[in-house]
Amino acid sequence: MTGKEIVYDVIIAGAGPAGLAAGIELAKGKANVLILDRKQEIGCPKRCAEGLSNSWFNIMKLTPNPEWAVQKIKGAVLWAPNGKSVKMKDKKELGYVLERKMFEKHLAIEAAKLGAKILLKHQIIEAKRENGIVTLKVEVHDHVEEFKAKMVIACDGIDSLVARMLGLNTANNLKDTDSGYQYEMTNISGYDEDCLHMYFGNEVAPRGYIWIFPKRDGTANVGIGIGAYVSAETKINAKGYLDRWIEKQPGLKDGSIIEVNAGGIPVGGFLEKMDADNLLVAGDAGHMVDPIHGGGIGIAMEGGRLAAQVALKAVKANDYTSKTLGTYTKEWFTLRGNKLKTRLKSRHLLEHLSDDDFNYLAESITMDEALKIGNGSLSKSEKVMLFTIKLIKRPKLIAIMKKFFV
Amino acid sequence: MVAKNNSNKCAYCGACVGICPVAAIVLKDTRIFIDEKKCISCGSCVKICPVGAMSLEIKKK
Repeated sequence: MTGKEIVYDVIIAGAGPAGLAAGIELAKGKANVLILDRKQEIGCPKRCAEGLSNSWFNIMKLTPNPEWAVQKIKGAVLWAPNGKSVKMKDKKELGYVLERKMFEKHLAIEAAKLGAKILLKHQIIEAKRENGIVTLKVEVHDHVEEFKAKMVIACDGIDSLVARMLGLNTANNLKDTDSGYQYEMTNISGYDEDCLHMYFGNEVAPRGYIWIFPKRDGTANVGIGIGAYVSAETKINAKGYLDRWIEKQPGLKDGSIIEVNAGGIPVGGFLEKMDADNLLVAGDAGHMVDPIHGGGIGIAMEGGRLAAQVALKAVKANDYTSKTLGTYTKEWFTLRGNKLKTRLKSRHLLEHLSDDDFNYLAESITMDEALKIGNGSLSKSEKVMLFTIKLIKRPKLIAIMKKFFV
Repeated sequence: MVAKNNSNKCAYCGACVGICPVAAIVLKDTRIFIDEKKCISCGSCVKICPVGAMSLEIKKK
């Protein structure tokens, strides 16, 4: 039987973290679900960094598996432009650096075992609604096939076009999008392997940061995210900034690059409307990204899962109009909206930090204090007190530290 | 003027697709396709591209 004769309950566009989490949830709910992806390998090419904190493992009920959770992370080191650093490290692990290809394949296998059907190298070129059914025209090798579903969940990433084909504009704008570029490097040294490292500064990574996310044995994910509008002004693109920085790092400059990835990062907050008749949007396509650090793996999965839960209600009610699906955006903002607001505010503050501010911060907080801030041994009011005393001359830094750590 | 993609530089990440306000760009596996009729020469794709693979060039007739 070809795709033509079946009308799926749900077709998911995109087999990334959002699409696969949605697929797992739908398959668990016994929906008839198909996941389409244009790529020829799940998880490849990946987009940007690979960190996932413990809170996401808990929220998504994931058990870290050494096959894909390759490096335990116990803290973070923030590097100021003058080379000073603030290290916040805990005794127990705070999260993991993932081998994302393996992680996404693990999710795909779980989805498939539960009954979801996955097809790769399937490029959706047209989507339209007709009498409550969505018909997708899909390029498959040398021909075009039609697939039909009662609804679509668009998890097709920053380059999402499926939702746009169905009348919901998911396009990004330059102000709210970061430009990202990333290497997997090996035979490198000079950094703590159980910490995430972030390097700030307007010469280093304007309106963003460079990261080293270690992946054991002298291998790491080394990347950059910068404001797209800044790179347009300085005429240096993300690759340019990253390459020139690596060149200056003694422990990195002679390393080997074993993978190259790039990507746009929607950091301006969630899409205001993520549902329509026969359509829900999740993951990067719905701009589900943390506006401060640009991470999106965990939140995309949570978004995908919520989309699937709403979709299951639609399946049960046999109603795929926005009457049933229209609760999705509201539920999402109830879940994550408040946190997003404070994170957007912090982002705004961060964007106005000068190199001098970063240096001041790194010089003001001692290692011992940083440790206490990071490991939870200080109460909220003690932290506020510490920041206020230490940073009294730079009130905006107090505000930022409170947002981040209190 | 019309957007052009240099496939030697392109990392086929799709950032240009997501930023294009008129959905003139499509990423298919490792190739970028630009619909010149839709392109409004806004240059957003040039600005977002992490690797400098996009440019605006004079439209050939």
